[in-house]
Parts: sequence; structure tokens; C-alpha cells
Amino acid sequence: MSSARVVITGLGSISPVGNTSVEMWESLCAGKCGIDKITAFDPSGFSCKIAGEVDEFKVQKYLPKSERKAVKMMSRDIKLSVVAADEALRSSGLVTKGIDAENINVEPSRMAINFGAGLISCDLEELAPAVAASVSEGKFDVRKWGKEGVELVTPLWLLKYLPNMLACHVGIIHDIEGPSNTITCAEAAAQLAIGEASQIIARGDADVALAGGAEAKVNPLIMIRQCLLGRATSENNAEPESACRPYDADAKGAVFGEGAGVVVLENLEKATERGAKIYAEVAGIGQSNSINSAYEHLEADGKGVQIAIEKALADAEIVAADLDLIIPHGTGIAADDLAESRGIEAALGGAVSDVAVWPTKSMLSNTGAACGAIDVVAAVFAITEGKIPAAKNCDKKAEGCNLNIVTEEIKKEIRYVLCCSYTYGGQTAAIVLKRFED
Amino acid sequence: MLDKGNKERVVITGMGVICPMGHDVETMWSGMMTGKNGVGKTTIFDASTCPTTFSAEVKNYDMSKYTRKTQLHECGSRGSSFVVGAVSQACGQAGIDIETDEPSDGIERSRLGVYLGAGEGSVDNEAFFNSIANGWDGEKNEMDWGKWAETAFGQMSATCELEQESNMPVAHVTMVTGARGPTRSCLTACAASTQAIGEATNIIRRGDADVMIAGGAHSMIHPLGLMGFNRLTALSTRNDSPETASRPFSASRDGFVLGEGAAVVVLESLSSAEKRGAEIFAEVIGYGSSSDAFRVTDMHEDGRGAAQAIRSALSDAGISYKDVDYVNAHGTSTTENDSIETKAIKAVFKEEAKNTPVSSVKSMLGHLIGAAGAAELITCVLAIRDNTAPPTMNLHDKDGELDLDYVPNEPRKMQIDVAMNESFGFGGQNNVVIIKRYQE
Repeated sequence: MSSARVVITGLGSISPVGNTSVEMWESLCAGKCGIDKITAFDPSGFSCKIAGEVDEFKVQKYLPKSERKAVKMMSRDIKLSVVAADEALRSSGLVTKGIDAENINVEPSRMAINFGAGLISCDLEELAPAVAASVSEGKFDVRKWGKEGVELVTPLWLLKYLPNMLACHVGIIHDIEGPSNTITCAEAAAQLAIGEASQIIARGDADVALAGGAEAKVNPLIMIRQCLLGRATSENNAEPESACRPYDADAKGAVFGEGAGVVVLENLEKATERGAKIYAEVAGIGQSNSINSAYEHLEADGKGVQIAIEKALADAEIVAADLDLIIPHGTGIAADDLAESRGIEAALGGAVSDVAVWPTKSMLSNTGAACGAIDVVAAVFAITEGKIPAAKNCDKKAEGCNLNIVTEEIKKEIRYVLCCSYTYGGQTAAIVLKRFED
Repeated sequence: MLDKGNKERVVITGMGVICPMGHDVETMWSGMMTGKNGVGKTTIFDASTCPTTFSAEVKNYDMSKYTRKTQLHECGSRGSSFVVGAVSQACGQAGIDIETDEPSDGIERSRLGVYLGAGEGSVDNEAFFNSIANGWDGEKNEMDWGKWAETAFGQMSATCELEQESNMPVAHVTMVTGARGPTRSCLTACAASTQAIGEATNIIRRGDADVMIAGGAHSMIHPLGLMGFNRLTALSTRNDSPETASRPFSASRDGFVLGEGAAVVVLESLSSAEKRGAEIFAEVIGYGSSSDAFRVTDMHEDGRGAAQAIRSALSDAGISYKDVDYVNAHGTSTTENDSIETKAIKAVFKEEAKNTPVSSVKSMLGHLIGAAGAAELITCVLAIRDNTAPPTMNLHDKDGELDLDYVPNEPRKMQIDVAMNESFGFGGQNNVVIIKRYQE
């Protein structure tokens, strides 16, 4: 049976601090913050009025001519994933149908795709005329909806909002005919997808996989959910730059955003054969979950986070002290940050005081199903550039948090990075990346 | 090391289902043996003016039969509440302790995982629609987000909004079982729970868990879901005869029947099952997954992706198409699926295609969307146990091109040792799982 090593040979991202992964890395190194007042809709009636929005982009630019008519079936989540997938493939040197149909150098049936996707909210404005036509005496009337509303909705409406459509559209554009999966574990989805795709390659069911996640959270319905849950900050609207404060004593909640992150995973032998540039190796995967009846939060001791990290370290056959960097989930919600830091501390033991920890959401915002993949892209840059940028907005560590948060840029050789994430609902994920060595 | 070369055999040691044909596995199966069905007028909401007025609903479900902690789960979506029942049955059968901090079933909780192909919950209809209606400025043709937010903040509840997330059924299952192993939720439309079972099998093979609770949960019987499928013209509109509306492979088929439910199996490494002395119902021997990469609206005309998934499952199982005794089809009763699925089976099974019985239990169950594949895999287990292929009901007018043996209208006694379950999702994800009668 196969026992393939899996490496990362391509990187792509679109995020609030840059529409490519290179731009993102430069922004993160410069401490640039992508959080600002919401422009996608008028947020004045919302308790949280800030978010991480990406700069304007035209998805048509990333599509071959034959696929451009598909744009009308793409929700924003899908568009973001298309952009990041394009960059990832181009940086890998793999030529798919979508890159150049004349010079394809990859076997479609040996390619897999595995994306994390969120609960995509429909465009309420698009639905509104049908809803407005279904009102009797000031209230929604389901009988009118059946009779008059339904036929006012565009026929392909449903297809825009199915979570699997991210992977479907990208798979169609690039002719990916191997295993396709869509992981719907919210903020842990992308890392679970990257983990599963790595294992699909390792067990020999594909040679190459596009893996990551995308989500467009700057949508009124999604924002109001986070406001209702009390997860979104309501106190820092006037200072967007300093609003998201992971592990800081003044943390007041999360700030949500939009983005996508995609990596090209490849069987090491195949990558070597074609002379691909290898950015890093996927060394270990761990998963578990938090059990808490108040499942919008992590359990207080972070046990689910601890188990996932322990499994990932064991999978990579290393000990905690081997780690050079941790990119945690750190979302700026005080109780969750504290629980996560306890879980990390429990898994690391004595090494916790030494291993550098670099939270990124203070700059990137919480991009939901994308955030874990964007962090993996950032982790690969840290490895290839030999640099850990300074954390932002962690001026005074919260009481009880014993993590070694990076307050000033560090330059050093980085061999092992741990990325971890968790989500409301409980799923936890951990991935160990390794600097590539023959 | 990502691949440990650890290839554990994986067996099924428990099953549970809450579906339109009953609230347990035996009731569902005996209904299938007598050709009953779970289709009728939609009662969850008033659908009498919609293009399709019927569906396959789970009726009279009482969650308190399955959990002592209903208050933990009653806030959940229909999918979440159904899956609590299905998991409780499956764990009972497998001898897995639930709702206890001190399980004595011999299963380490960090070695017990959950993988569901689970769907999103319904929107909170009243709050959702009324806030849109109040925010809509018909004159300007745009939303007034301030007015929308005012209604939404007033009417929406935090819990109800959170419960719409697709990973919530998994959260409920972990609360019931205390599972701390790999937990994942996937949603590849109508193929989701077959994919979940296939990937969960691989988690055990790799040695990352000893036991995985795998399956699906979904309900799209709500005003938005019904509208979405009606607009795609995917649903049958045979409003004058709901019971015969789902007629897979028939010439007069006109779409699928929307159903709901939850179904799970307990997958276990053979060594763990033996150690615990658990009863073994079948062995999972193969899994294949592929994508059409064709169009989001249609399946590939030749069934390219479907055929590839079947081939890859056979290869994973290390068997030939000649070894497959029975195929449980995706068989949705849409013009497109049934015709392309037939082509795909012919492409792989060649000369054996017409000799291999293929049936669709969606003729009775309706289409449970994300939960469909798991419910259908359970029927495969029972088909092996009882050496009986369940029928494709409502098949009276054969479509000329569709000339396989669809086991029309009556169950068939026959030797079944190997059964194949096919699931194909909107957008082109194809998943196939093969199971076999357990032999040491």
C-alpha cells in the first residue's frame, strides 16, 4: 500500500490584507490591518459595524472564456474560492484545463478537491421581491409564497448557495475528476479539509489535491447571527484597527470578514518527478472536538484543542519542544481565547513558555471557513521566509494566558509550525507543517 | 507519517434510522418488504399552493424516547433532533454507552469519532421572511438594512440561528456519545452521507479511530428548500397521486420526492469489535469518490463520473463487478439521474449489467438528501442479512433505454453477499460504498 509523503507545492489566498498570498504576507509583516467600517451594506443598525472586506476583484479575470457565463450562478463565497484556487495552481506550475487547455500537464482523475465552506447566506436583496409579493396584512403568508412568490425567484437560485458549489465550480474550471468533498465545520472547516485531502493523497487515492476554504461573512444575515450570539465585538466600532485583540486583556469580541485560502497538496514523488518547487511538507494531522452544552463556546479547559494538538504532534512524530511556531485560532473572544490557550498549554507542557505564538485574526479578521487555510498559507511563508511577524493588538496578555505571543518580529530558521483551529459546534483541528528536507 | 500502512478491516456493528417509513431500522425494512411508502401531503408547513404539495415527512417523532436530556437537543433543527434518535438506536445495538461520563463499553472516547453528511437547518421562517418584508423598499427597489436589522434583532433568536449551521448535528451527537475522536461534517448534496461513511471508514483503516459513528441527517422540507427544488424543476409535481410519485426508472417519472430523516451506522475496526464481542452485521470493503467536473446543473451525459466512482470502489475493495450481487441505486426518479445512472452501471458491469439486480428504495422512502446514502446503506446491510433485494416500487411503464433488472414492485429472495450503494450529488460528486457479508 501507498505511504506517500505529502508536500505543499502551491499557495493562493485572497484576504482583507491583499488579493494574493504574496501581498497578504507583506501586509502581515508590515502589521497592516484589514478591518474597517463595513461598506458591503449599511451597518448602522447593527451592534458590530466593522469587518474585514477584501479589495474589489473581478472573478471573470480568473475564468477561461468558456466558464464566464457561470458567474451568474456564483455566490460571493464561490468567487473567492475561484480566485484563490487560480493563484494556488499557477504558483504550483501545474497546468489544468482552466490555466491553459492546450498544455495540460496533470491527470484529471488523479486530482482531488476538498474545501471548507460556510453556511452560505442567500442574497436577501435578490430574494426580497418574491418575499414582498408574499405578504398579506403586513405579514409573510406562506400560501401567497407558494402561489406568487416562488415563481419570482430565479430558477437556479438554490445552486448558488449549496456549500459544495465552491468545489464544484473550481473542479469544473480546472477539470478535477478525482474525489471531491466539502467540509462544513465552520471555522475549523479549512484545516479539516486540508487534513482530509492530505490523507487522500497519502492513501493513494489522488496524486494532487486542491484544498482549503472560503467564506464571505460580510453579509447582513451572517453578521447579525454573530451579533446575536454575542461573538462579534460591539465596543470597538470607532477603532477598527485595534478592534480585534486575541489573547489581550482588553479583548471584546471577534471581527468577521471574508476571504479564501487554497494550497496545492501533492504526492512528494510526483512533485519531485516534475521538478516542482516544494514549499513545505504536511507532517501531521490531528482532530478532536470540544464538548460543551453551550456549544457556541469552547469548553473552559480546551480539552478538545489539546487532544487535536497531541494527535498532530504524534502523527508528525515530534515533541512539543520541536515546534518553532504556533498559529492559533485566537479570535478575540476572551473566554474562547483563554480556553484555547489552556488547551495549547496542556498539550505543550513546559514548552509553552518557549514556542512562539502568532495570532493573525487581529489583522485578517475571522474569515470563518477560510481562516484555517489562510493561516496555513501564512505558516508556509513563515517557513520559506524564515520570519515570524509581530502579533498585533496583544498589548497586555489576558490573565491566565501563558502563551508566548510574538510581540516583535523574529528572524530564524523555522522547521516545524503548528496551525490549529476550532469552531462553535465543537470540532477542533491541528496540522503540523515541516520545512521541506529531502 | 501521514499513511501508517495500517489497514484495519472495518465492520458495521450498529444501525439507526429515523425516516418517513418509521423510526427504527426494522420498521423501515419491513415496510419496504411490503412496498409501503412514506409519502403524503406536506404538513410541516402549508404547501398547498406550491407547485409540489407533498413530501416524505418524518411523522410523530418523539425524541424523548431516545434521550434523557431532551432540553439539550430540542433547540436543534429537525435534522439534529432526528440524528439523536438514530444515534441512540445505533449505539444501543453496538453496545456503546450514551449520556454518561463514565462509559464502561471498552471504547476510549478519544478513539470514538463522528462523521456526518449533514444538512443545514431550516431558516427561522417567520423571522427570516418578515425581516426581509419589513426591510424591503419596493419604491427604491432595495433593502433598507436599518429596518431589516430592527426586525431581525427583534425576532431572531441566537440559538435558532446557530442551529442552522450544518455542523450542529455533529455537535449534538458528540454531546450524546462523549466522542472525542475525529469529528467532521461534510455536505456534498445528495451524496453526503455515503461520502461520510466512506471517509469515516478510511479514518479507521488509517488507525485514527477504533469506532466512528457515520451517516447523515437532513430536512429541506421548508418553504425555501421546496421552492429551491421546485424552481430547478427537480421535484415530482404529481400532486394527485403522492404515493406513486416516486417512480425511479419508470418512463413516466417526473422528479424526486423530497424527504427528510437521519440514518447512522456504527463503523468499527474488526479488532475492536472482536475485543468487545460486538455483533457484526457486515463489512465495509470498498469506497470510491469522484467528480463529474462537467456542469453544476447537469450530470455528465455518459455518466463518466458515476462510472469512475464505481470503478474506484471496486478497486478499493479488490473485487470485480462480477462479484457484486446487488446494487442499491441512487435512483432519484428524475429523468436525468435514472438514465445516466443506468449508463454508468452498463459501462462498468458490461455483460453482467442486465444480470445484476439494481433497485431504488427512494420509490418508498423519498429522497432524504444528505441523509439518503446512509439510510440506503442500511437497506444494503439488511438485504445481505435476509438475502432479499428490496423492490423499486411504482415501476409499471418501463423506459425503453432503461433495461436493467430494477427489481420491479416486489422484493426478491436471492443470495446477496456483496452489495453496492451509489449516491450522486447535485454539482457532480459521486460516492460509492461496497459492503460484504462478514466472514472471519
